[in-house]
Amino acid sequence: MEDSRRNFLKIAGISALGLGASPVLDAFSKEEGLQTPQMIQGEKALKATHWGMVIDTRKIHSSEDLNPMIAACNKIHNIPKLETENHEIKWIWAEAYHNAFPEKETNFLNERLEHIALPVLCNHCEDPPCCRACPTQATFKRESDGVVMMDFHRCIGCRFCMAACPYGARSFNFRDPRPFIKETNLEFPTRMKGVVEKCSFCAERLAEGKLPACVEASNGILIFGDLDDDKSEVRQALRENYTIRRKQNLGTGPSVYYIV
Amino acid sequence: MLELAIKGSKRYWGWMALLAAVVGVGFLVYLQQLSFGLGITGMSRDVSWGFYIANFTYLVGVAAGGVMVVLPYYLHDYKAFGKITILGEFLAVASLVMCLLLILVDLGQPMRMLNVIFYPSPRSVLFWDMIVLNGYLFLNIVVGWNVLEAERNGTSYPFWLKPFILLSIPWAISIHTVTAYLYSGLPGRGFWMTAILAPRFLSSAFAAGPALLILLCLVVRKLTRFDPGREQIQSLAKIVAYAICINVFFFLCEVFVAFYSNIPEHTAHIKYLFVGLEGKGALVPWMWTSMGLMAVGIILLVNPVTRRQEGVLAVACVAVFVGTWIDKGLGMISGGFVPSPLHHVNEYAPTIPEILITLGIYAMGALVLTALFKMAISVKEEVAG
Ligand code: SF4
Ligand code: SF4
Ligand code: SF4
Repeated sequence: MEDSRRNFLKIAGISALGLGASPVLDAFSKEEGLQTPQMIQGEKALKATHWGMVIDTRKIHSSEDLNPMIAACNKIHNIPKLETENHEIKWIWAEAYHNAFPEKETNFLNERLEHIALPVLCNHCEDPPCCRACPTQATFKRESDGVVMMDFHRCIGCRFCMAACPYGARSFNFRDPRPFIKETNLEFPTRMKGVVEKCSFCAERLAEGKLPACVEASNGILIFGDLDDDKSEVRQALRENYTIRRKQNLGTGPSVYYIV
Repeated sequence: MLELAIKGSKRYWGWMALLAAVVGVGFLVYLQQLSFGLGITGMSRDVSWGFYIANFTYLVGVAAGGVMVVLPYYLHDYKAFGKITILGEFLAVASLVMCLLLILVDLGQPMRMLNVIFYPSPRSVLFWDMIVLNGYLFLNIVVGWNVLEAERNGTSYPFWLKPFILLSIPWAISIHTVTAYLYSGLPGRGFWMTAILAPRFLSSAFAAGPALLILLCLVVRKLTRFDPGREQIQSLAKIVAYAICINVFFFLCEVFVAFYSNIPEHTAHIKYLFVGLEGKGALVPWMWTSMGLMAVGIILLVNPVTRRQEGVLAVACVAVFVGTWIDKGLGMISGGFVPSPLHHVNEYAPTIPEILITLGIYAMGALVLTALFKMAISVKEEVAG
């Protein structure tokens, strides 16, 4: 099943976003006046077998330092700014240490961590509970590089994945997000109401040989690379620094590491 | 037999019309939800399941509870229940209709519902839940219909039906077990991640289902010439009494484990429900009401003197039904989401449109139930002559 789907995607020349069936895609492009997103792995595509991220929190001096990366993601991924907090869509956002790491709660946290905010996003877990829960495989782990992806056109909006994700990394479109997008990026699909979304590790940029947008905008705070390649920048950072992952005890195997 | 559901008195039709009106209102509000999105409900990014899924969970229990009349009759040859098994089966049918509708209205993209079948995902508990719920609906329709038809013709039910009847007994357990597994297998949701969740669901189901059945029997006796029987009602009452005691016992086990171990992930949710967290405690009065009602239920049901008076019994059954409904329908689902995995305390309360849609579905269930009971009771009156 998985294989035939992947082949189909190859044939159709759309892969990274996992946009399901072509009739839907047609309707989608008509509706939006958009090109079918091109996600053929280009010649320059960045390749890895396990994409991962290291977040160097020592380089964060105030929560303002996180704004550029959050803004970059929001902008290129058409993330709406909704009126009510309940309906918020967030792919990457800022949390206090106590919220990002509630299980590591302490009264005597070092001052630096106490005063900054940490970026949080989908961890692209090695054994993602969200994918286990999904009844349609609309969210799935790409075997080739470990990115956990969303097929917006297959998702039925049951939100089982949201209950399953222990990191609150997923958002649901409680209403049509389009009127709330400031400036639509025509190169990335907008979503419809009733589906779930989350950070995609910028799969569409990796396919074009670009690093994730947040990484580029992060001023060195975020490091991105192949966790399976011991010469990669991420592995070097992991070798040289003590790192922690969110809720490690749950066995989900987050691919996002924090140097604290 | 369907014609029996169509021939009815003015009172019958008046009741059906009233229910249809409530269904209609619910349907109109649902159209609004379809066009706007689930944003018209009180659900949020943090509390991503609400009233629909909570009521779904409760009604799966009511459906499973029907087995409490089927099991003693077919497995233990407890003859008295022979008269009312059909009521248990039809109650299950009506409950399942409501369950499936509640799932439907909870979907963000209901038009794509069939994706669950097009892309079967055996690793997802929701996939199995769909199978067991539809299977149980099918079993109860087939069994109920054939048993009733046989009764009408004065014969015994066809021999091929027996395996279906026997299958329906473990199947009833399975529907509520799988529904509990929806929640209890999720890492990072401390409130649900407990092996006792499925047994707890079952015990509250075996209290709520038969309690409702007792109330229905009392109504049937009042409104029709068919008497479900005093012995039957008393036996059901004993089942409710044991089940509600076990339910409270399981809950106390939960409280012990959470608070003696004192692991914050497990205590936080119970604290939120019963005393409030970070100054937020919308559910606190509800949860204590629920506990109070269950306690009243236990006192009135365990004591034979009170249990034997049908008026008091009715009060006890209402207490049990409402108490377990608050526990499961209000506390169980939002309790699991508050605090969120990032320890934010974001409360949930259903909105008016959400409640109206749910009421519409309950009315739909009542409509199906009334028609099915009408059929069953007309047959019984016919046979009695
Ligand atoms: S962080 Fe959440 S959404 Fe992302 S892969 Fe892990 S479980 Fe899934
Ligand atoms: S909401 Fe969509 S992605 Fe999430 S579990 Fe349901 S179908 Fe899968
Ligand atoms: S990796 Fe891409 S999608 Fe994920 S948070 Fe960064 S910019 Fe957004």
